[in-house]
Amino acid sequence: MAERLLEVKNLKVRFATEDGIVQAVDDISFELERGKVLGIVGESGSGKSVTSMTLMGLTRGVNARFDGEVLYKGTDLLKVSDREMQNFRGNELGMIFQDPMTSLNPVYRIGDQIIEAIQAHEAVGKRAARARTVELLRQVGIPNPETRVDDYPHQFSGGMRQRAMIAIALSCNPAVLIADEPTTALDVTIQAQIVELIGRLKDDFDSAVIFITHDLGVIAEIADEIIVMYAGRVVERGTKRNIFYDPQMPYTWGLLGSIPRLDRPRPERLHTIEGMPPSLINLPQGCKFRPRCPHAFEKCFEEPPLENRVEEPGHLDRCWLDVEFKRSHRDETISPGSAEAA
Amino acid sequence: MVAFIIRRLIGMLLVLVAVSFIVYLIFIVIPGGDPALRIAGRVATPANIASIRHKLGLDHNVIVQWFDMVKSLLSGTLISYYDGTNVVQQIKEGLPATFSLCIGAGIIWLGFGILVGTISAVTAGRATDRVITGLALIGISLPVAWLGLILLYLFAENGLGSWFPPGGYVPLTQDPYQWFLHLILPWFTLAVLFIGFYGRVLRSNILDTINEDFVRTAKAKGLTSRRILVKHVLRASLIPIVTLFGLDFAAVLGGGAIITEAVYTLHGVGYLAYQAIGTQDLPTLMGVTLYGAAFIVFFSTLVDVAYAYLDPRIRLT
Repeated sequence: MAERLLEVKNLKVRFATEDGIVQAVDDISFELERGKVLGIVGESGSGKSVTSMTLMGLTRGVNARFDGEVLYKGTDLLKVSDREMQNFRGNELGMIFQDPMTSLNPVYRIGDQIIEAIQAHEAVGKRAARARTVELLRQVGIPNPETRVDDYPHQFSGGMRQRAMIAIALSCNPAVLIADEPTTALDVTIQAQIVELIGRLKDDFDSAVIFITHDLGVIAEIADEIIVMYAGRVVERGTKRNIFYDPQMPYTWGLLGSIPRLDRPRPERLHTIEGMPPSLINLPQGCKFRPRCPHAFEKCFEEPPLENRVEEPGHLDRCWLDVEFKRSHRDETISPGSAEAA
Repeated sequence: MVAFIIRRLIGMLLVLVAVSFIVYLIFIVIPGGDPALRIAGRVATPANIASIRHKLGLDHNVIVQWFDMVKSLLSGTLISYYDGTNVVQQIKEGLPATFSLCIGAGIIWLGFGILVGTISAVTAGRATDRVITGLALIGISLPVAWLGLILLYLFAENGLGSWFPPGGYVPLTQDPYQWFLHLILPWFTLAVLFIGFYGRVLRSNILDTINEDFVRTAKAKGLTSRRILVKHVLRASLIPIVTLFGLDFAAVLGGGAIITEAVYTLHGVGYLAYQAIGTQDLPTLMGVTLYGAAFIVFFSTLVDVAYAYLDPRIRLT
């Protein structure tokens, strides 16, 4: 069995705001092994970014409250001091952010921003750090890295900036790479390149990846295991195969139905999930997806636990519906029209 | 870069020409502005006025008059209508006092402004921040004339404490210690307003910058909080302060510290302007205004060059 790098147990994150307590992440657990890619999917506000930032200690603040454990190689990252956390950031856990246009400091050269990350954790000279930086830029696919290393961020395109961000994240060879919507701000051809790059670098650097996105199409490319989040909770969890071929949660169906697919008959209109995600201050009673779920019934006013309801042992979901009912009705959402065509 | 500076220099000249012309026009147009009438006195005959007007060259058309004045100013021969002294000479004599006052005050207000703003932003929302923000507001609101008098009353001779002289200026070359002693109160009097103002501007800049994505990236790299603050947050937050400082500093250096110089009887350029306004002495005012305008135009060019250095996205064109 591969080395277990990260183990998140019953993580809860709450923020005190002027409007009340926001339960941003409610009882999420997962494990991550070396060499694996964990995908976290969900809409905006589902708690996926808060989860990833919490792993990095970036949500720490006077208004934040944490429960549970985030064990990195056995150390609980929720318990370490701010100063100790600095040694984990960048060094053990690297992070790539959503918007490469604003995530690099505009007034420093690309190379200097990478060198800074290396020198934050290792006692290497400027010359050695620079040589490594050039090599990193080459690995992330920047052409002419020897000269581009002295460019400023505004001289890079969006895709190149994201490559530079990846170089920063990987500069100290972290065991875990957290990618928070790394492709969202990029156009589709660049998206594919970045996803491919992250997958390849994961093997080169022998690390593990947490890949966060709202785009199931992207996750299908790269993830081994998938967590579907809704309103701060895990609503379904399983292998990529489980989620794509045997989805149990009507919310997952909705996400699957809203990606255009070339391998299925074309529907009249792409599926959309009706309504909006609930406010995290004032959550609905019972199943949090109930108000938007077309299949909701009385029992849904009771909160369903996250548990295994199908033959696959690792495939968990939060839905009261009968498994047979789900299997016979989900295609109405996932690929409307295909039943008639078949 | 070179082309930019040349273009700005030409622009500077045009601005100065325009400023001098406007100053001149204002003087000719305002009621009671005619220097000949004022010099002739209360019981002047029309012939008397005409002869003064002729002597001063005021019987030519306005353009010629203005041109003559600028020409004599540039050649250093312009004479005050009020007391017959040489205007350029007067400004030169005022320079040491004005420069001593402004450079010292500038260092104090920039240093304390940055310190106060940074501490206030780092402790935002806590007691320290509230106290500093309150003090800054008071600093901004204090009238300079009043503050100057109060400081004199509290700390100068003939007042409660007598640690400092009650005004005047001693050249640095003559006695550095006395120079320093004479300037401490004026420095702080001039600086207090700016410290409060810069502190507040910097505080809000820092609080905006802290939420920038690149600061989050810096955190995710595992940098120390001190390095994040100094290298990433302060660096970006100080850019707008550079503009403010460049223009404010130019304004006081150009004779804008009128009240401070007057309260502490520092015979600088501001004091000269203060007297010239009182006597409506056109040549002196013209000299002082152009001197001040030259500083402001020059420093705003300097600010643009500094900007290009601080933010590589800006190209000087």
